[in-house]
Amino acid sequence: MNAEVFFTPDAAVADIEDGSTILVGGFVSAGTPSNLILALKRSGQTNLTAVANNIGLGDLLDELCEDRQLSKVIATFAIRASGTRSSRFEAQYRAGEAELELVPQGTLIERLRAGGAGLGGVLTRTGLGTMMAEGKQVLELDGESWLLERPLRGDVALLKAWRGDRQGNLQYRQAGLNFNPVMATAADLVIAEVEEIVEAGEIPPDGVGTPGLYVDRLVQCEPIPVRWDG
Amino acid sequence: MRADPGALGRLIVASSTAPVSLSRELIALRAARELAPGSVVNLGIGLPTLVAGFVEAADGIRFQAENGILGYSGISDSDFDADLINAGGQPVDLLAGASFFDTADSFAMIRGGHIDAAVLGGLQVSARGDLANWYVPARGGGSVGGAMDLAVGARTLIIAMAHVTREGEPRIVEVCDYPLTAERCVDVIVTDLAVIDVTARGLSLRETAPGVSVEEVGAWTGAALDTSGPVREMSL
Repeated sequence: MNAEVFFTPDAAVADIEDGSTILVGGFVSAGTPSNLILALKRSGQTNLTAVANNIGLGDLLDELCEDRQLSKVIATFAIRASGTRSSRFEAQYRAGEAELELVPQGTLIERLRAGGAGLGGVLTRTGLGTMMAEGKQVLELDGESWLLERPLRGDVALLKAWRGDRQGNLQYRQAGLNFNPVMATAADLVIAEVEEIVEAGEIPPDGVGTPGLYVDRLVQCEPIPVRWDG
Repeated sequence: MRADPGALGRLIVASSTAPVSLSRELIALRAARELAPGSVVNLGIGLPTLVAGFVEAADGIRFQAENGILGYSGISDSDFDADLINAGGQPVDLLAGASFFDTADSFAMIRGGHIDAAVLGGLQVSARGDLANWYVPARGGGSVGGAMDLAVGARTLIIAMAHVTREGEPRIVEVCDYPLTAERCVDVIVTDLAVIDVTARGLSLRETAPGVSVEEVGAWTGAALDTSGPVREMSL
């Protein structure tokens, strides 16, 4: 069950199809697959749906909006509540050119987890009595109300880890974990950008954050530093 | 990075409509004093991030960040490390015993009732403790992040905010007209004018800011406020 090793991020994303739903790991600057995102920009696929924690000023994901590659974003942070500057995505969303599904962070991760784990949905209190509950089923169970949130999956997941071995096992660094391990379970094609590809066995078994069976492609890249600007 | 409350002064806001009031730093300082020693606390983006600068190391308070850190002490002055940030993207320093985990674990902590307290910003709080803090109608948008999860899941929810808007409109209202973050979730409101408890019987004034009268707090509050209990002056 070796992962296929690609020599450039461009080669790793070249066959992603127009119209795909793409899960993008990372949280602001931590654990973000910057090289894969920029490769997707160069590759030029269109009509993509991106699922990510954040898309905003300074986020590389926003670069995909330069050539209008994103028709929809599912995220927790996308619209700034203050300030005068806005991201390319926000401008396109406000112009009605791109769609936004704003999701509470805990709900986003649990929907992805359900999608990856073969579960039919999640029952949560988060969002009850708010705009997030509009059009969704509320279940009354033993006198308590629960909002039903449905699973979420991607055609492709783009992940970032510290090290990956040839079997696809991934080891994360510090707060670089975030959405990556769950997204690894919830897409048909999982592509991971790592700082170093090592031989199987070099990552200790108890240091593996994502077992290799989830990972299809690996590419070794120098990380691109990102600093968030909201 | 530790803030020095003595150097911050007070009475820095003076406009024609809004009352003269405590600085953001002093609101954060007062909110920090609501935190019990040894507790696990999540801080929202904006004013609440300042709270980390006002806790005593001896109190052993551990901050949790949605992006997967338990046990940071505050904002770091050292070199920026892209993988060592809080949920606001700020670099943080770790305490001994800190841990990293993924987002699913992080929200199991938050939704599962394992976070002792959250300090969040607010746009409006209602008389029954409803919170609106993510969508700004005047701007036609906002982002939700982890606010809805924290509002529902934290055992104690402290809102740290300005008592009124820049235009002088009360933020504490009978019923929120901004889109809600969660219903009946707020326990304590700390503002530049007062500390107010949300009780089963409604809002109860606990403290006033130095130089601010009970009547002034009532006048700037858009909901019924019980002032019959012992009301103290904030000690800052």
